[in-house]
Amino acid sequence: MHPFFKAREPGQSTSKEKADKIDKDSKPTRKHIPWVEKYRPRTVDDVAHQDEVVSVLKKSLEGSDLPNLLFYGPPGTGKTSTILAASRSLFGHEMMKTRVLELNASDERGINVVREKVKNFAQHSASGTTPDGKPCPPFKIVILDEADSMTSAAQAALRRTMEKESKTTRFCLICNYVSRIIEPIASRCAKFRFKPLAEEILCNRLKDICDKENISYEEEALKALMYTSEGDLRKAITYLQSASRLKGEESISKQDIYEIAGVIDDGVIDNLIKVCRSNSYEKVEKEVKEVIFAGHSASQIIGQLHDKIVQLEDLGDKQKSVICEKLAVVDKCLMDGADEYIQLMALLSIMMKQMSL
Amino acid sequence: MCLLRELYGSGVEKLRIEQHNFTTPSNKKLEISTISSNYHIEVNPSDVGIQDRVVIQELIKTVAQVNQLDSSQRDFKVVILTEVDKLTKDAQHALRRTMEKYMATCRLILCCNSTSKVIPAIRSRCLGIRVAAPTVEEITQVLQNICKKEGLTLPVELARRIADKSQRNIRRAILMCEACRVQQYPFSADQEVSLPDWELFLRETANQIIQQQSPRRLLEVRGRIYELLTHLIPPDVIMRGLLQELISNCDGELKTEVVQSAAFFEHRLQLGQKAIFHIEAFIAKFMAIYKRFMEDNIADLF
Repeated sequence: MHPFFKAREPGQSTSKEKADKIDKDSKPTRKHIPWVEKYRPRTVDDVAHQDEVVSVLKKSLEGSDLPNLLFYGPPGTGKTSTILAASRSLFGHEMMKTRVLELNASDERGINVVREKVKNFAQHSASGTTPDGKPCPPFKIVILDEADSMTSAAQAALRRTMEKESKTTRFCLICNYVSRIIEPIASRCAKFRFKPLAEEILCNRLKDICDKENISYEEEALKALMYTSEGDLRKAITYLQSASRLKGEESISKQDIYEIAGVIDDGVIDNLIKVCRSNSYEKVEKEVKEVIFAGHSASQIIGQLHDKIVQLEDLGDKQKSVICEKLAVVDKCLMDGADEYIQLMALLSIMMKQMSL
Repeated sequence: MCLLRELYGSGVEKLRIEQHNFTTPSNKKLEISTISSNYHIEVNPSDVGIQDRVVIQELIKTVAQVNQLDSSQRDFKVVILTEVDKLTKDAQHALRRTMEKYMATCRLILCCNSTSKVIPAIRSRCLGIRVAAPTVEEITQVLQNICKKEGLTLPVELARRIADKSQRNIRRAILMCEACRVQQYPFSADQEVSLPDWELFLRETANQIIQQQSPRRLLEVRGRIYELLTHLIPPDVIMRGLLQELISNCDGELKTEVVQSAAFFEHRLQLGQKAIFHIEAFIAKFMAIYKRFMEDNIADLF
């Protein structure tokens, strides 16, 4: 046989195999979707705990009209999910692409983009019907996610655009800190505050997911999740997924959650306090080096130290206040990027001094 | 690397170094070199300073938008970002949503020295894996293994001393071991372990500060600090080294005060632009504290 054909034949068979494989592979890929996306609320009703927002939104959905919106609140409370769900129920899945413009901090959002992209998008008017003739609201939605990381110049450029295009476009701004949104913009929007989720709601959601994913867990583990996530549902779900990957079929325990969340063992913190009591600089220095070499993050140490110190009974209020003040200073310095070793030493030496009083 | 090899097989070892060009919105040209194979790309975005946001956005988008063609492999690519803690806040915010959006085609591995400088929004999206520094015993073990493979004999005491001086940094320990080998072979147990030049220099500087506290000495010290800075020793390393040297020379009560001022000036140093001001301010402050303490003591004696 001619070598040309020989080479060809195995090639053909592999391409078939590949085609088969793709079909097989496409199912397991679903599995890799992060649960955060998988369990994003699909309708406004699904949004947990934000009753006022939901009721207002539902009213306006009935009337097929929306004001300009400004959502603010801590991370993981469902701001992005809410507006995505609302626009889905307004336009349906197909129309979403043409009617909704979603911009977030990962997209270029300088003043130029606001001037050109947003304006262009806003200027085209939208018809009151879908291509197949069903009625739908005659406006578009621009979602500006993470709006607090926009420059104030870019926000200023939005001002007039928002008013001029109000016939055709609604804006929805989403941010964590409402104080970083300039006043003129804030006054043009209906403001909604998203509260941190209450424990039971978090708990129910997590249990729900656990049931759907067939995960066995201990009650304690859920408690640990509540504690570490601080009302942030996304964080809780991410931790849960990581933990379930870590453990596979086994049930998730409290310890796993703490490990994943990067919570430092209580023993380490107790040890730090103990060496502070010893009133010896060398011991403190050795312990701090040990902790940093072990890869613990200073901000986490500070957080947990704070919890412990507040509960210490043998310290007077005044001593505690001095220590806490220093804690605050150190925290700020760390945020500014100061050196962990020096900052921790500064904090612990103050503690040492206060404890030996 | 080992993880990637597990994931993709040996194809990942065919590395190439590429130059990527980016243009910022203000039309400034950036260039960054990356190490990549067909399956992954490794980049240190902090190389380009404050323009790192552009790099992150463009790079991840280009990598993530291309699907893996070879379906026998995993269906995602890996982007490794090193020194994430040195990224600007802007760039970290840019990472947030990008990470989620391209989850299907692209996974990120972020490496950093400390999570304190990584914003919580990113931390909550990642599985944190704490990698502790190796203990002295582990380093000693590794050094001895290396020496065995190289056909050298390494006394235990020397290995231990090298490990002690390496500040639990294994790369440094291996380099130091190699330096020792050049210096003298066969090894003797009490052989001197040579420290990097700048550390000795810093130690001398600290001794000078302790010896005398006067404006003239300050001037001399300034010259030495300038020398360190021109050799591109990072200012925070200088600061930490100075603090450790100085503090071992002073009395218990003083230590708290010195550490406080060190923390204060180090923070300033991070915020400010010119490092020399802050280091010098710290030295001057230390001199003042130290001198006052000495004078008080002498006064007490009489």
